[in-house]
Amino acid sequence: MKLTGAEILCESLTQLGVRHIFGYPGGAILPVYDALGKSKLHHVLVRHEQGATHMADGYARASGGIGVAMATSGPGATNMVTGIATAMLDSSPVVCITGQVSSKLLGSDAFQEIDITGITMPITKHNVVVSRVEDIARTVREAFVIANSGRPGPVLVDITKDAQQASCEFDWDAAAPKLPLKRVRNSLDQAEFDRAIELLNNAKRPVILAGRGIILSGAMRAFEQFVRTCNIPVAMTLLGIGCFPASDPMNLGMMGMHGEAWVNHAIQESDLLIAVGMRFDDRVTGDLRTYAKGARKIHIEIDRAEINKNVAVDAALIGDARETLEKLTPHVVNPDRGAWLSHIKELKGDSAVRDIQSLPDNGHLYAAHVINDLWKETRGEAIVVTDVGQHQMWEAQYYHHNRPRTLITSGGLGTMGFALPAAIGAKFANPDSEVWVVVGDGGFQMTMCELATVVQEKINIKIAIINNGYLGMVRQWQEFFYDKRYVATPLVAPDFAALANAFGIRGERITQRGDVLPTIRSARESKETVLIDFRVEQEDSVYPMVPAGASLHEMIRRPNNPLVETAIEP
Amino acid sequence: MQTLVAYVENKPGVLNRVSSLARRLNVNIDSLTVGPTENPEIARMTIVAHTDEKGGHRLEASLEKLVDVLLAENISERALLERDLALIKVLADQQSRPHLMELIKVFRARVVDVAPESLIIEVSGTVEKIDGLLEVLKPFGVLEMARSGRISMTRGGDLLRPPVQTAAASEQPVAAS
Repeated sequence: MKLTGAEILCESLTQLGVRHIFGYPGGAILPVYDALGKSKLHHVLVRHEQGATHMADGYARASGGIGVAMATSGPGATNMVTGIATAMLDSSPVVCITGQVSSKLLGSDAFQEIDITGITMPITKHNVVVSRVEDIARTVREAFVIANSGRPGPVLVDITKDAQQASCEFDWDAAAPKLPLKRVRNSLDQAEFDRAIELLNNAKRPVILAGRGIILSGAMRAFEQFVRTCNIPVAMTLLGIGCFPASDPMNLGMMGMHGEAWVNHAIQESDLLIAVGMRFDDRVTGDLRTYAKGARKIHIEIDRAEINKNVAVDAALIGDARETLEKLTPHVVNPDRGAWLSHIKELKGDSAVRDIQSLPDNGHLYAAHVINDLWKETRGEAIVVTDVGQHQMWEAQYYHHNRPRTLITSGGLGTMGFALPAAIGAKFANPDSEVWVVVGDGGFQMTMCELATVVQEKINIKIAIINNGYLGMVRQWQEFFYDKRYVATPLVAPDFAALANAFGIRGERITQRGDVLPTIRSARESKETVLIDFRVEQEDSVYPMVPAGASLHEMIRRPNNPLVETAIEP
Repeated sequence: MQTLVAYVENKPGVLNRVSSLARRLNVNIDSLTVGPTENPEIARMTIVAHTDEKGGHRLEASLEKLVDVLLAENISERALLERDLALIKVLADQQSRPHLMELIKVFRARVVDVAPESLIIEVSGTVEKIDGLLEVLKPFGVLEMARSGRISMTRGGDLLRPPVQTAAASEQPVAAS
């Protein structure tokens, strides 16, 4: 059967199981859009191509599958850059398809021609230009294999317009992926394995560091089995949240810059760290020179390039997290860890009294109240999509996730504007799930144009804007480290509720603590999207905080009254 | 200084990916040579990078993550042979010519081009040998020089061969929901 390149692309995507494409049309991708119209693929028209990539990313993170984004050449493609980098840093499998000018025009600076494969080389797992119709099906199939194998990541396929227009015989079987045969390394080294078991079985004060690799590997059961068997408390990275139930007594919570004090102290006092699917990012280690100095380290990681990158390890177990944990568990013992666990419990007690939830109601609405009420009201079962900044950290602290893929957030790149489009993608992946956007007033203004996409697609998500009138996290740094010189952080915003109304969305504004729960309740009852503008305390800060470059145990702790007491200089 | 050997797909853009990776890792490349192998679809690279052992490991592991890199190996700690080739154009008048010929003999180099005022000397060997010859030629007046960059090979039975055939990759279903 002879098909055009555009038809072959749509047919290939359909065969690969794709149902939704997040994209924006334009000249160089028009043949594909014409074919899309005749296909069963559902196209979601975004309002900016950055949104398309975040939606595909959100779709991938929520579903465990691959998200697909599409754009035209030139500015359409360059607008995708931030979204691609976001997916790269968080190992999210996204396939981006861009149109390109005809092959005879390549290199001539034609209208809307840009070298997008050159631009995205450092931020994709792989990218490729296709200029022959015969190569389209195979290349797209290869892109899907690459995106979701090993450590996942984004792949960009740039297809010239003439390849989309030309025709050739479409033979699915003949277009099977033909990736270069790579050297297969004997991934699990027996000596390292034996050393890991010895370290595990002799540790007195061990802590497990759980990362997103566990979720990506689908290792949740194997991980739980491992934790039960060796009876070791678990600290989570931001992106690891959900891989192990927050309600489990062995779960200490999030580690790192805004991790609770007991978590960071446990890490610093440990004699063994078992890192699973995490990469010792500077936001979780603090100063490397003082990081867990008394601890030996085991690193379970699929990506060899992460071994010894930031932290030198004593045993490196390279490979898939689930397979590795399944191999390890039968060899580990379950000693009495009573002393170590009760020590951590003591540390915990000291922190609880400083918690904002424990403070009497003084009339101020804090973001922590909003997140805590949202958690209680949704019984921790909603998919929460956050942006970057203070609200993101408060969500991680106060919304307790018990299931994987229920917290979707931009970790590595820290991309403002991620939340709303990523939530749209997550909703398409889980149409029956409750999806909440938790976003700051700054980040929301970066991609709020996607409200139109929400309306056009008639989807039902809930949007909670944590509105403090500042670029809050930057303001917090200015407060702590720049003598409260609030340069360029006070932020004027529109009336978000009225803005929502202009889009045809119900909007609410909340200023009192008592109104939080009823409004969340009423929003949940609605079958349509609702936006709630929570006017929270303006100069509240996220505690604890390890200042950038400081040691992990050198935290600025929560003051007893966040409005009266100011933080101590580090 | 770390020496790596890589087998890569012999197609456009691969060199760019390799050099772009080194730039991203903030590793300065001292020399990078690339040439075809007995299999025209595969090229071999020798990369000499200004970095320590840790950086060498990271470069090796990161190179292997590139789809088009079939194999990358840090051979810095192995018994290896390395060769560099240089063409050196040096001023040579009637007076200096005999003295030059002596030096060329000592360095086991050879003259590949003779002109009234100059000679082109071809020399191959280790970097140190070529640097040594260059040092003694400087007083005569070096007009121009071209160097190939290093190629390296591990000694004896320590073989570095590219994998053969093409793998049948497995496809996974896209949507979990």
